[in-house]
Amino acid sequence: MKYVLLAVAAVATLAAAVLLGPADVPLRDVLGSPIVWQLRLPRAVLAFLVGGALGVSGVALQALVRNPLADPFLLGLSGGAGLGAVVAIAFDLPGPWALPLAAFVGAVSAMALVYRLGLIGGAELDPRILLLGGVAVGAFAAAITTAIVSLAEATELRNAFLWLWGGFSGASWTTVLVILVYAPLPLAVLAAAARPLDLLALGEEPAQYLGADVRRLKRLVYLAASLLTAAAVAVAGVIGFVGLIVPHLCRLVWGRLHRALFPTAFLVGGTLLAAADTLARTVVAPRELPVGIVTALLGVPVFAFLLRRWTVS
Amino acid sequence: MDRELILALSGVTCRYSGAPRDSLQGVSLEVRAGEFHAVLGPNGSGKTTLVRAALGLVRPAVGRAEIVGRPASAWSRRDLARVVGVLPQREDNLFPQRVRETVLLGRYPYLSLLGGVRAADRAAVERALVACDAADLADRWLWTLSGGEYQRIRLARALAQEPRLLVLDEPTASLDLRHEMELFELVRALVDGQGLAALMITHHVNLAARFADRVLLLAEGRPAGAGSPGDVLTRETAERVFAWPVSIAPFEGRPQMIPLRLRKEAP
Repeated sequence: MKYVLLAVAAVATLAAAVLLGPADVPLRDVLGSPIVWQLRLPRAVLAFLVGGALGVSGVALQALVRNPLADPFLLGLSGGAGLGAVVAIAFDLPGPWALPLAAFVGAVSAMALVYRLGLIGGAELDPRILLLGGVAVGAFAAAITTAIVSLAEATELRNAFLWLWGGFSGASWTTVLVILVYAPLPLAVLAAAARPLDLLALGEEPAQYLGADVRRLKRLVYLAASLLTAAAVAVAGVIGFVGLIVPHLCRLVWGRLHRALFPTAFLVGGTLLAAADTLARTVVAPRELPVGIVTALLGVPVFAFLLRRWTVS
Repeated sequence: MDRELILALSGVTCRYSGAPRDSLQGVSLEVRAGEFHAVLGPNGSGKTTLVRAALGLVRPAVGRAEIVGRPASAWSRRDLARVVGVLPQREDNLFPQRVRETVLLGRYPYLSLLGGVRAADRAAVERALVACDAADLADRWLWTLSGGEYQRIRLARALAQEPRLLVLDEPTASLDLRHEMELFELVRALVDGQGLAALMITHHVNLAARFADRVLLLAEGRPAGAGSPGDVLTRETAERVFAWPVSIAPFEGRPQMIPLRLRKEAP
């Protein structure tokens, strides 16, 4: 029943995303409209895929660092991606793929750095080291980003700033295709890790005694979740709160077993972000808000509510 | 007939990197099927390190640790979990879960990557619950259990692994007398009834002396005595290891240790 409702919500959200918009497309023209086929549908599908990726990545990273307040961007990825994007904008790198590629390279570099820090002195991706390393790498990237932005011209600065808050205005079927080709591998790795991640909730030593290869598990989950987030950030910028809130919503409704959490987090994340993007491009039409602002405005109150639940219970 | 050797440590020495001294030095131990071994010793005497070395989590610098004839470090975690069930001293509280689901976690080493839970897994879970006298708890939420019931469920989870060796690290810490006795009785019954081997770390010298076949006494990582409780728990040894004056008195053929007061009460 809960799954049926979720599927209905996902379809309804995608339908709304296709039907709503500043340009008035009559209902009977929807199937033939280029606005729908070339703009709204790819954009809605991309928002759905990115939201799903962030939801799944959030579930995995929260299980990995065993901290319910972890977010896919916590481990320095947003700082790295932001630096890459600002470099692409400030140095005016040519081509439509320069910015997403630069952001991807930045995110993956930050990930590699934090990963390396997490292995220093046999730390074996100790959650505390990962979190501190993520903060440090993020701060370092932010410092360089700010240095570049402070030297840039005003219009460039505005572009860079808006990019950091995320958005899908550049969505196309090509971007959708890139994600569709890229995402299945990390998603499959995480799906295979679902059962051992349940054991990890007991702690690393108990999980090993129950038969989980914790060392390998942590490395695979870290890399898969980070690569998923890096792809999301490359095509859509830094969209906060989806990866933080969605796992919690799913746990409240579907329990804590990762075999149920991963698919539901994908659907809930996708639905949420497709809805947020529809809001972002309709509330102040014909202009649009960065979708990260919408998710933050919706996400912060939910987050505050969750924090309250935490401290009360 | 010689019973099968399940766990064998010979001359094991371990040192954690950066530690000033060996955590374990020259410890040997042989645990056979149908034997209940207790490991005794003061805090920091290397008891938990012994378990980690025996289960391949710490590699001995010197000596060998073997499980069913194969080096402990050569086992994959998955294969080892089918042979050894462990109750670690500490584990994080799991999310809200029913008892039966928790016990089912013990079947992890038997599940295939994509396959579901089979009838054999469910049967093993029910057998484990019955063996731990916990069948009536199966549908309860974990957080409604008392400390003693919770330990029985963790034991059931280890039994669901269908192991040949049970390793228990201070399983009765913070349990009251009845639950503590119940757990010792249960482990003894599993050893006698199912031919399991058991290795229990405990601070309860007197219960260990009454329930275990053999005890290993550790002091600062070194073996201070190994053998039957009566041979190991002499007054001289106990006073040296525990650094406190004691008196030893027999009870039902087993030694019982009574710590002495330093100052006698005024008459």
